[in-house]
Amino acid sequence: MNEERILLGHGGGGRLTRDLIAAEIVPRFGQGPLAGLPDAATLPPLAGRPVFTTDAFVVHPLEFPGGNLGHLAVHGTVNDLAVAGARPRWLSLALILEEGLPLAVLRRVLDAVKSAADECGVVVATGDTKVVRRGQADGLYAISAGLGESLPGFDLSPAHAREGDVVLASGTLGDHGMAVMAAREGIEIAGGPVSDTAPVHRLVEALASMAGGVRFLRDPTRGGAAAVLNEVVEGRQVGLRLLEDRLPFSTGARAIAEALGLDLLHVASEGRVLAVVAPEIADAALAAWRALPEGRGAVALGHVTRDAGRVLLQTAIGGTRLVDVPQGELLPRIC
Amino acid sequence: MKYLEGFRNPDAARALTARLAAAGEQLAAQGRRARLMEVCGTHTMAIARHGIRDLLPPTVDLVSGPGCPVCVTDSGYLDAAIELAKGGVRLATFGDLVRVPGSTSSLAEARSAGAAIEVVYSPEGALALAEREPARQVVFLAIGFETTVAPAVWLVKAAAERGVTNLSLLTAFKLVPPALSALAGDPEVQVDAFLCPAHVSAIIGSEAYRPFVQRGLPCVVAGFEPLDILDGVAEILDQIVARASRLVNRYERVVKPEGNRRALALMGACLEPVDASWRGIGVIPGSGLGLRETYAGFDAVRRHGVAITAGVTPRGCRCGDVLKGKLKPTECPLFGRACTPLKPVGPCMVSSEGSCAAYYKYVARGEAR
Repeated sequence: MNEERILLGHGGGGRLTRDLIAAEIVPRFGQGPLAGLPDAATLPPLAGRPVFTTDAFVVHPLEFPGGNLGHLAVHGTVNDLAVAGARPRWLSLALILEEGLPLAVLRRVLDAVKSAADECGVVVATGDTKVVRRGQADGLYAISAGLGESLPGFDLSPAHAREGDVVLASGTLGDHGMAVMAAREGIEIAGGPVSDTAPVHRLVEALASMAGGVRFLRDPTRGGAAAVLNEVVEGRQVGLRLLEDRLPFSTGARAIAEALGLDLLHVASEGRVLAVVAPEIADAALAAWRALPEGRGAVALGHVTRDAGRVLLQTAIGGTRLVDVPQGELLPRIC
Repeated sequence: MKYLEGFRNPDAARALTARLAAAGEQLAAQGRRARLMEVCGTHTMAIARHGIRDLLPPTVDLVSGPGCPVCVTDSGYLDAAIELAKGGVRLATFGDLVRVPGSTSSLAEARSAGAAIEVVYSPEGALALAEREPARQVVFLAIGFETTVAPAVWLVKAAAERGVTNLSLLTAFKLVPPALSALAGDPEVQVDAFLCPAHVSAIIGSEAYRPFVQRGLPCVVAGFEPLDILDGVAEILDQIVARASRLVNRYERVVKPEGNRRALALMGACLEPVDASWRGIGVIPGSGLGLRETYAGFDAVRRHGVAITAGVTPRGCRCGDVLKGKLKPTECPLFGRACTPLKPVGPCMVSSEGSCAAYYKYVARGEAR
């Protein structure tokens, strides 16, 4: 039996397009604002100030241990809203399909979008689908935009970090990048890395009651934790000091990173948050995170210092080194 | 992974650090200092990555040597490679070499101007390129120390066996012991001991360092893990304090006294010693390997009639002094200013094993000089 595949005609706007929408989109997303497939969604008023973001997803391979492009398209956008101190509410989703994409892959990706959106409490309110000729895309690209409402009490900026503040991570770092890399390079090892792709909005909401003590939140995606932490100190009077023996790395991610000679601080996560918080709330924030399944592995990595502009790492053997931002493109197309 | 953690155990590190401190104090009491050279680029990276220089007593200097194969490749070699590429030959090269500045341009610049330059991850990649396009001449940029020579020799053998005739090598192989010999005799360098490389020693064997020990320089072969390095340095310092010089192999899990006989035999059958030009250091007699007459057909110089001439050093670049351990990367006036990993002036800032790249990445991005 021939595998069902995407044809150019699926993007032509005619019968095939309508069939595809009716068979694959409407059953999953056809309630709410998408009912009746209007050209634009009309949404109810938001509870806070509108917070708006967009992101494009071009991961290769489309499916990897721990998730697929659909999970990323939801989590990436939800997380960008969450770390801005917002509750995610609405998503748009545009898909660019390459002629020849197996329909089964598209279905798995759409299932992932649906389940991830439901888990995050967001609704796909509008969307679009285009098909391009074979060779003009790599299977499937997704673009999502997200609309959220600001949570009261948060005032987040890397500029708010002060000496003595504590740096927290919600779990192991670099699993997503290493899982994608291992899948792409065909490195299969027992207990290998599994993507951490997940929403972080509950982790952010868990800090809402102590929002005044939260200085800065960021999800360490491209460039990894090193890029985020350097953003906190760059051009400022503060620095950071991290403790290598506190750094949360999974065994699988470490195995791949050691083999490839990569620093896991440079490798992306897709379901983690880094927080800079006031010392008075550090313990409470850690406890609040650890009470959630997605924050079980939360740790304090280090603290803010007066070492202007520098992120330093105290190594396990007692030395000190600089944690720099990665140079150029370390791992292309991991999200 | 448990195995790996064994080599980074903080308690063991503390014990070794205490031993280092004690040796440092004894040196101070003797009114002496010790200047150690780590020879291998992978050691240089590991030392920076684990912050090992921080753990050394103030009486001890650990300087980086000429152990990065890309860094010691002469700019004239790159000029010859670029000339070949402009003449229509397809080049196969390791990625680290692509951005190294030659006399007037780099392979990367030549590539963006249309030259056919492919990055390969092993000599096998070069063979695959040649087999895919039998009508096109492919030249493999064969640089490296003893560790990389063996796979390149395999490439020559495999090409000969498979009847691949459109592949040749532009060789600039380097040998570690002759370079150490030149440095040991250089009064400006003043090295007291060598922390000997791990992988190179696996090929050539620890006995290769015997002559330096006889000249009064302690030689210790150490692995790449932080505890390996601390342990190797502690062994050296104990010897210096005791005014001894012994050959000690602390990497016995990999390195044998006689080395890898099979690899050495293969290399000897295919290659012969030649004089080699080291970037920033100059010509060291017998410090390179070239293809024997039997394999002349695989020698890009003889096949394509290209000449490797003395190249031009970029203005202000002091990679030569850095490679000899005379200058710390941060002491170079270009470091972090005109010369950064994204815009390198010299090879030490390009290669992933270059000491300037290691300092830039892990020690001082440029703000601290």
